[in-house]
Amino acid sequence: MAFLTQLPILPIILPMICAPLCLVMPDGRAPYLWASLVSVGTFVLCALLLSTVAESGAISYALGDWAPPLGIEYRIDLANALVLTLVSGVAALTIPFSYESIISEIDKRQTNLFYGAILICMVGLLGVTITADAFNVFVFLEISSLSTYALVALGGGVDRRALTAAFNYLVMGTIGATFFVIGIGLLYQSTGTLNMNDLRVQMAGEANHMIEAGFAFILVGLGLKAALFPMHLWLPNAYAYAPSAVSAFIAAASTKVAVYVLIRFTYTVFGADFAFISNLFDFVLLPLALAGMFIASIVAVFQEDVKRMLAYSSVGQIGYMLLGLSIGTEAGVQAAFIHIFNHGLMKAALFMSVACVMLRLGVHSCAGFHGLISRMPFTAAAFIVAGLSLVGIPLTAGFVSKWYLLQAAFDAGKPALGFLVVASSLIAVIYVGRIIELMVLRPVPTEGPLANPVREAPLSMLIPLWLMTGANLYLGVRTDWTAGLAERAAASLMGGT
Amino acid sequence: MAILQFIVERYNYWIFIILMMIGLYTVIARGNLVKKIIGLNIFQTSVFIYYISIGKIAGGTAPIYVPGDMERRTVHEEDHHGDGYNGKDHVATEETIRAKDHINGQSNDLHHGDALHQGDANELVTATGVAEGASGKVANLNAPALNRDLPANIHAGEANATIGAAPTSDKIANTASFNIKDSDAATGLGGEREPGLGQELAAASEIVANVLYSNPLPHVLILTAIVVGVATTAVGLSLAVRIREAYGTIEEDELETADTIAEFGKPDPDAPARAGAR
Repeated sequence: MAFLTQLPILPIILPMICAPLCLVMPDGRAPYLWASLVSVGTFVLCALLLSTVAESGAISYALGDWAPPLGIEYRIDLANALVLTLVSGVAALTIPFSYESIISEIDKRQTNLFYGAILICMVGLLGVTITADAFNVFVFLEISSLSTYALVALGGGVDRRALTAAFNYLVMGTIGATFFVIGIGLLYQSTGTLNMNDLRVQMAGEANHMIEAGFAFILVGLGLKAALFPMHLWLPNAYAYAPSAVSAFIAAASTKVAVYVLIRFTYTVFGADFAFISNLFDFVLLPLALAGMFIASIVAVFQEDVKRMLAYSSVGQIGYMLLGLSIGTEAGVQAAFIHIFNHGLMKAALFMSVACVMLRLGVHSCAGFHGLISRMPFTAAAFIVAGLSLVGIPLTAGFVSKWYLLQAAFDAGKPALGFLVVASSLIAVIYVGRIIELMVLRPVPTEGPLANPVREAPLSMLIPLWLMTGANLYLGVRTDWTAGLAERAAASLMGGT
Repeated sequence: MAILQFIVERYNYWIFIILMMIGLYTVIARGNLVKKIIGLNIFQTSVFIYYISIGKIAGGTAPIYVPGDMERRTVHEEDHHGDGYNGKDHVATEETIRAKDHINGQSNDLHHGDALHQGDANELVTATGVAEGASGKVANLNAPALNRDLPANIHAGEANATIGAAPTSDKIANTASFNIKDSDAATGLGGEREPGLGQELAAASEIVANVLYSNPLPHVLILTAIVVGVATTAVGLSLAVRIREAYGTIEEDELETADTIAEFGKPDPDAPARAGAR
């Protein structure tokens, strides 16, 4: 039982201790196997946490046995257990996936650094999700961000633009984090506490400008981290030039975690009873979400680089999540959570299949996808399935999230939003359909460097890729699992416990 | 004039805001990557100043534990709550009395000094005086320390006098312990040093009787944030080094031109929007 009582801390402690060990290992397979083992172990721990929370309700864990609100509290309810499972699950598939892809894309001497950094990045993201202490969120946010800057910069070996992308990401990410800290400082100054639940208690009924300013700073800070539409400029280059396996991980996990924190702050810390929040939703978040959905999706249509196209699509998809949030009903938050989870799965699968193409053909531009279905059938099929999921075709996970989003919009008496969701999905049809057309209908190039015959991607990549794709299909059919959990998560968040 | 007063009273926030804006402006307006990092640093430092200034309490001392202060607070609480007595305090009280007896044997006249009569009979007054020639090393006079042989092992130049209402018996426990670092004085505490000590104790007791600490938490938070800031600067500067190795420049506009030429072979007017840097 001692194990179970300490369970909440284990997903953080285990990879945090294990990550530096990668640095002392020799190059080659050892750090890869070690990191894979650790990530799978972390996933098992997070799944255990999720099942415990689903059965017996939220867990509160006092770090170092210092009772909250004075001590740091880890609080796991369904909402963050779901995100924890997503993050660790994506890591548990992308790290085993990454071996071949990484040795082809980065300097061999840097591979052990890569595995150390990606584990630390995972720790940061898990820590942001698990903690109930507002300042702790900042610390973990920066742990994950700093390792992400390094991970993105590792792509500099193939394309030097990764370096400038990482630098821009660093500047914007640091500004975002600092805004977040200012927001926390304002809240701390007006309440004297950092524990999220205690903040809520202290702030109840006290709507003053200081708290409003605090929320504004937090919103901007997290908006930068989450690539909320006008603050997304760091994202396309970072995703496009990072090593392919890194793109798969951060695209699936990092922005989702920032959106989760935003939802957490909105409901657990502030609560919907603050009048300014609903105004903010209607006049700031909703227009930005809609603008992101349309503008970023339209920009995605015109991208020549598939990774960059997927990156712009990510910005658009963040719009759906924030749309769900800004509807402001329980169904809306539920839809946001479902989409956080499902979008993580589909983006991971899409970026993983691009990584396979990158490994065999050495490019991630559209040119590499010509006739791919006959050259690398499994990779191409995975891309098609995940792409359809991104569009929201029935029987895929994407359909589930769009469906709940539509339902939330119509239930809230905002049918116009529903139509806009459908309309922007049609843009997704264009940009995904364009790549599918290249893969299925175009002939294989007959001249140039891309004409050389290629083999299918190795099994070490295909198996994680298809596990991820399978998850998209499975959760597209078993809708009760995600939807049920997300519904309870939204209920517990909105219930204000 | 009211506006002027409004501004002057909140000068720390104005410093914070001005620094913050300087930092942000530098990040946005400068094309040189190192200058951007410097701007980022100014921006982050302004937030450190903000945090530290919200932790400051007017008249408060640095949040470093003053010996005996906690005992005073404990007794305060027990006065308020009546039955808030527990075993731990009992031990502490006993130790205090033991220490008193121990020291009384060596310096009888010390606890008849002025300091001891200033405190209310129901209030525990802790006096800390720094003996002459002391180096300032602090020894906390809590229970474990008292267990040991007091005059022999305390090297910090401090004297601690305590008067309090012992929660168990309403009996006043007088404790005086003092220490002299000078090696020549270690053997004897009497004689010529006594008058000076008494005066210092009197002065110190007034200060310590109302110890007011600044809030330590923002300092701790900002220590963490400083570590994060240093790490960010290190990563940013090393990225700048790598960029210079790869491009031969760290000027943002030249980097964009280089990328555009590499991709299209000629300068492209759309470059800034596409590169996403601006």
